Amino acid sequence: MQNMNLYSRGDRLFVRANMVLIGLFTLSTLYPFIYIAAVSFSSGFAARAGRVVLSPVDVTLAAYARVLSEPQFWNSYGNTFIYTIGGTITSLIIIIPGAYALSRPQLLGRRFWNLMVAFTMWFHAGMIPFWLNIRDLGLLDTYFGIIIAFACNAFNIILLRNFFESIPSSFEEAARMDGANEFQVLWKVFVPLSKPAIATITLFCVVSRWNGFFWAMVLLTDEGKIPLQVYLRQTIATLSDDEEFSSTLIDAPYSVETVTAAIIVCSIIPVLCFYPFAQKYFNKGILLGGVKE
Amino acid sequence: MSDLTDLPASSVGSATGADEPATRASASPMRERLVWLSDHFKREWQVYVMLAPMIIWFLLFLYKPMYGLQIAFKDYSIFWGIVESPWVGWEHFETLFNNSQFIRAVKNTVIISALSLIFGFPVPIFLALMFNEILHALYRRTCQTIVYLPHFISTVIIAGIVITAFSPSAGIVNTIIGWIGIEPVYFLTKPEWFRPIFIGSGIWQEAGFSSIIFLAAIAGVNPSLYESAVVDGASRWQMMWKITIPSIMPTIIIMLIIRIGNLMEVGFELIILLYQPATYQTADVINTFIYRQGLQSGQYDLAAAAGLFNAVVAFVLVMTANSISKRVSRTSLW
Repeated sequence: MQNMNLYSRGDRLFVRANMVLIGLFTLSTLYPFIYIAAVSFSSGFAARAGRVVLSPVDVTLAAYARVLSEPQFWNSYGNTFIYTIGGTITSLIIIIPGAYALSRPQLLGRRFWNLMVAFTMWFHAGMIPFWLNIRDLGLLDTYFGIIIAFACNAFNIILLRNFFESIPSSFEEAARMDGANEFQVLWKVFVPLSKPAIATITLFCVVSRWNGFFWAMVLLTDEGKIPLQVYLRQTIATLSDDEEFSSTLIDAPYSVETVTAAIIVCSIIPVLCFYPFAQKYFNKGILLGGVKE
Repeated sequence: MSDLTDLPASSVGSATGADEPATRASASPMRERLVWLSDHFKREWQVYVMLAPMIIWFLLFLYKPMYGLQIAFKDYSIFWGIVESPWVGWEHFETLFNNSQFIRAVKNTVIISALSLIFGFPVPIFLALMFNEILHALYRRTCQTIVYLPHFISTVIIAGIVITAFSPSAGIVNTIIGWIGIEPVYFLTKPEWFRPIFIGSGIWQEAGFSSIIFLAAIAGVNPSLYESAVVDGASRWQMMWKITIPSIMPTIIIMLIIRIGNLMEVGFELIILLYQPATYQTADVINTFIYRQGLQSGQYDLAAAAGLFNAVVAFVLVMTANSISKRVSRTSLW
């Protein structure tokens, strides 16, 4: 389709119209980011007066100076890295061997184990029993609790299991001849062949860890352990309500809006750095096991 | 596929063994089976070691809370614990259905879901069709890269952007409507504005990324269909309507069924971040209700009952959706 020549004037018009519409949609997707970046570099006064539209007004780094001088900002930033890296590694350590076992024909009760995993996609106990369970396990307010309690999800497991199942058994035969055990077959044959699927799952884990906020907010009360997203929420909530903060700001070079925008920019930057590497897996990986089992 | 495919026929088959000599029939099939099992585990123990952590995780973090769901039928007290608390039957459900806030939350859940579906569902399809018509590879790739991006941004940031953009004094939205002479509106305190803002930000965040699945469906269309259409002098517009759209119809229907099956799933995290008491009447959904009643007010049993109601309705919807999609497309969703 892509290599086809354009045949008529009508076709050319149609293609141009599409380019314009897509361009408009893309710009409207992009605009909020540009706006936030512009606000973050503007003076508090200009931002308050609503004078920022496309580019910074009265350019200043005051909002960043305030954000970056806050020890709690750096602390929560570090926590986010701990949860993201620790959580993703934990997920992979549990999910890869688990999905492999589920894909093995010799596994007794294979149907049962698969159903046990898949059932959790259709039915879940809900917020309250989950929270009570975490509390009863003594995992409230711990790094370990956040890392382990969200380690698995059925979708990722099924995605990976489907990929393992699609690998022809001829690939493992040579390894079996050499007397490899299951761990070696998984590690030396299946994992290298499943790089796109594993990369996709890693991407899902990293993104959900980096962005996760609700359960971190609910399970962590210790300020020292909260991740960046919870800190961001607290900052937005407290700054907007804080009359004292607002009133001191008449002359201050930053405002609630510019500080919020600066934290948003700081928290998006790692996503932007990670994004190009992840992007090449979107089309390949995500659809692998998404719809069909 | 049977779990027992590897078992020797004798151990699966008739254990009562009426034809066998009575002297050895009594114990041997059972014994044979045990021998086979111990042999199997000796040979294949590694697979079970690989499986165990995952199964333990599922039992501990997803199935144990299901056992804990019994508090929906109990007068839960922290001192008695889940198991020892006294049963109260359907009391919490009666309370819920006499509670106007809960009824409102159920209504809002359905309304917000339905509106998101109506306005949000077609957008990724349009996007995919339009992307498909763009022949300039670099332009196409650049636009795709940008429209996928919001999917990877956290809910808190989305909320932060919305709060900043719709702020009464500083926000860009009020600046723009100020240009045409409209007085500033404090959008986030207006119940009538909550749903448009919530649904709009949902489309902004997910429409681009959701188009991937339709683009993949389009990529799977047999190219010879287009080739013969070109020979017949069809325009691109005609090919889109006569070839592309009919070809991706199964995907569209499956995605639609999935969405309907997930009707009870509203992105409540964004709602928690955006709503306030002034907008509860249009914004409060079942999960935000559970959050307030359960985790903020400590009425665990009542909130668990609301959660159970939600989960059961969702389960029925998903199962129905799956069986319909099986009939429609002959492919199961799972």
